[in-house]
Amino acid sequence: MNALPLPLLLGMPLAGGFILAAIGHRPRAPEWNAAFSLGTLLAAAWLTVQIVESGPRTVFAQQFFIDPLNVFLVALTAFVAFTTALFSRAYMRVEVGHGRMTAARMRLYHSMYQFFCFTMLLALTTNNLGILWVAMEAATLTTVLLVSVYRTPASLEAAWKYFILCGVGIAQALFGTILLYLAADRAIGAGGDALLWTHLAAAKHMLQPTIISLAFVFLLLGYGTKVGLVPLHNWLPDAHAEGPTPISAVLSGLLLNVALYAVLRCKVLADGALGPGYAGGLLIGFGLLSVVVAALLLSRQKDVKRMFAYSSIEHMGMMTFAFGLGGPVATFAGLLHMTAHSLVKSAIFFAAGHGAQKTGGQLMEDIRGLMTVSPTVGWGLLLGSLAILGMPPFGIFASEFLILTTAMHELPWTAPVLLAALGVAFAAVLRRVLPMVFGATSARRLAHAPALLPVFVHLGLGFMLGLYIPPYLEQWYGQAARMIGG
Amino acid sequence: MSHWIVQSLNLFASLMLILAFAMLSQRRILSLIHLFTLQGLTVVCATATVAYATGRHELYFSAALTFTLKVLLIPYLLHRLIQRLKVQWDVETLINIPTLMLIGIVLVVIAFNLAAPVAQLSASIARGTLGIALACVLLSFMMMITRSKAVPQVIGFLAMENALFFAATSATYGMPMMVELGIALDVLVGMLILGVFLFQIREQFDSLDIHHLERLKED
Repeated sequence: MNALPLPLLLGMPLAGGFILAAIGHRPRAPEWNAAFSLGTLLAAAWLTVQIVESGPRTVFAQQFFIDPLNVFLVALTAFVAFTTALFSRAYMRVEVGHGRMTAARMRLYHSMYQFFCFTMLLALTTNNLGILWVAMEAATLTTVLLVSVYRTPASLEAAWKYFILCGVGIAQALFGTILLYLAADRAIGAGGDALLWTHLAAAKHMLQPTIISLAFVFLLLGYGTKVGLVPLHNWLPDAHAEGPTPISAVLSGLLLNVALYAVLRCKVLADGALGPGYAGGLLIGFGLLSVVVAALLLSRQKDVKRMFAYSSIEHMGMMTFAFGLGGPVATFAGLLHMTAHSLVKSAIFFAAGHGAQKTGGQLMEDIRGLMTVSPTVGWGLLLGSLAILGMPPFGIFASEFLILTTAMHELPWTAPVLLAALGVAFAAVLRRVLPMVFGATSARRLAHAPALLPVFVHLGLGFMLGLYIPPYLEQWYGQAARMIGG
Repeated sequence: MSHWIVQSLNLFASLMLILAFAMLSQRRILSLIHLFTLQGLTVVCATATVAYATGRHELYFSAALTFTLKVLLIPYLLHRLIQRLKVQWDVETLINIPTLMLIGIVLVVIAFNLAAPVAQLSASIARGTLGIALACVLLSFMMMITRSKAVPQVIGFLAMENALFFAATSATYGMPMMVELGIALDVLVGMLILGVFLFQIREQFDSLDIHHLERLKED
């Protein structure tokens, strides 16, 4: 067994970031961007095969740790990053044509896209909780200039909010990490190894409960800001709505997952030190609040990307709730929900982005008759919306069904609340999406169909997850669920 | 000997707290940067004292890193930034400074209560100062909320980072070296990005007033 895939996995986007910083404005740069993402995806696939064959392991003096939980997220991240790079190829060329992107901005965009992928993969694979914090902060830094890349007043405002709120949030997580280090110092001694997750997990029953309970609150507030949990969610709709669409897709589909992953790693430690219940209770509370508040705010949105950003808050809340319930079934459902949401939500952003590009604005009342203008965009948006609302037979239906049945069993009073919130979200989103897809329009039919292959690949996978989960994937989820769900 | 060291650490900690309050009420941007530099210097002195007392050499390195970054480089960048943005003589109108101070005191009490049980469990010689460090984090946080101009918000953000470094020193003799380097890199890159960003805001709005940035509403 060799240790090659990991350096390849991290090296590919890092090298891509530097190279595209030099050549990112050339006409062929979008292809290079996709090529680097493809390289990352291949490395991720190789790594996944290795881990599935041989189980969890640490690499490079234990500084990196790969187990079923993070290798599944690595594969998902690399995959969505690749398809988004494919989508962005055509999409950003149109933006250049519209004059919203200049050569210098394209260079920044391509370079930062690769650096962003690097920071997410680093956050996922590192074993050191301090480096995890550094990578999460770096992920904010790489995307802040992408959110403001159009330099419109609204995008500058969104990026400023994003920077300040996430900066403040993540500072709380640093304080939590310091407290964790203090607990580690008492249990396993100080030094460079004390923040290694594998060491902490081995000694989790010895960690001092008072310190861990305070540390977990700070860590949850910090990383929870990046997950977009209510009431720490204010930055999220703005950042998603004002940035370029490919960035909205990776923020929503990937970055939020990575932040939730950080919370999960900390939850395992907190469960060990404090017993189940404490961390789970906090996650259930935040999750439920996010689902309910986001569902209520959905109907008030006018901007298509803002609406789906609120839908992301709702779904992240759902996952947080599932992981809070704990136990193998709910955790399994949470992981399934994570996968399906990433795929479907990025597909929706692709389709909605194209729709908005064709009509020239993101306001939903201006977008009409996508089915007439371009059937692929129309079908993509319609099917994506049905999938994200939890219609069978898509994957989100399966995971929401599992979460709800577990909730009825474990915490009966939450099930009606969740069901009501899902109902409200269903009505709110469908009321907006149907006119956009079927409404009457005077716009002419597009001469050529837009390249929306990534949308249908994502939706196809989301569809498959609802009907049939391949055995290796199931085994993989199962292993990860046992690890974090206890 | 050790008595003297604990006393001087407490002195530095109280200096941190006083500086945090001073920054909370300071209206002139130039003076804010001076206060921020002083705060950085206090963190350096505290780290160096702990390094001397415990004989941990990596802490000297950490102190040197903080000195280069927080006392030399970032204040220099901030000075250049406000000169080029021509805001060095700006005076902000802060409403009701006495109320701000009172809320600040409440925050300090909360921070002390939160930190007290944890601090008792720490083996560090500077454990008594953990409460002050947390109080400084919360005060910087409040400073960011109450400011309406972009540059003071940035300084509040950096002051929070200072307080966190101080917390790390007082609770656990600093973080592992690799993590500290990573954090330093993040702070530096963040500072540079913010600099670029301030120019973009200025170009777009002809002002650095955050009130212009309140159009995206929750609806």
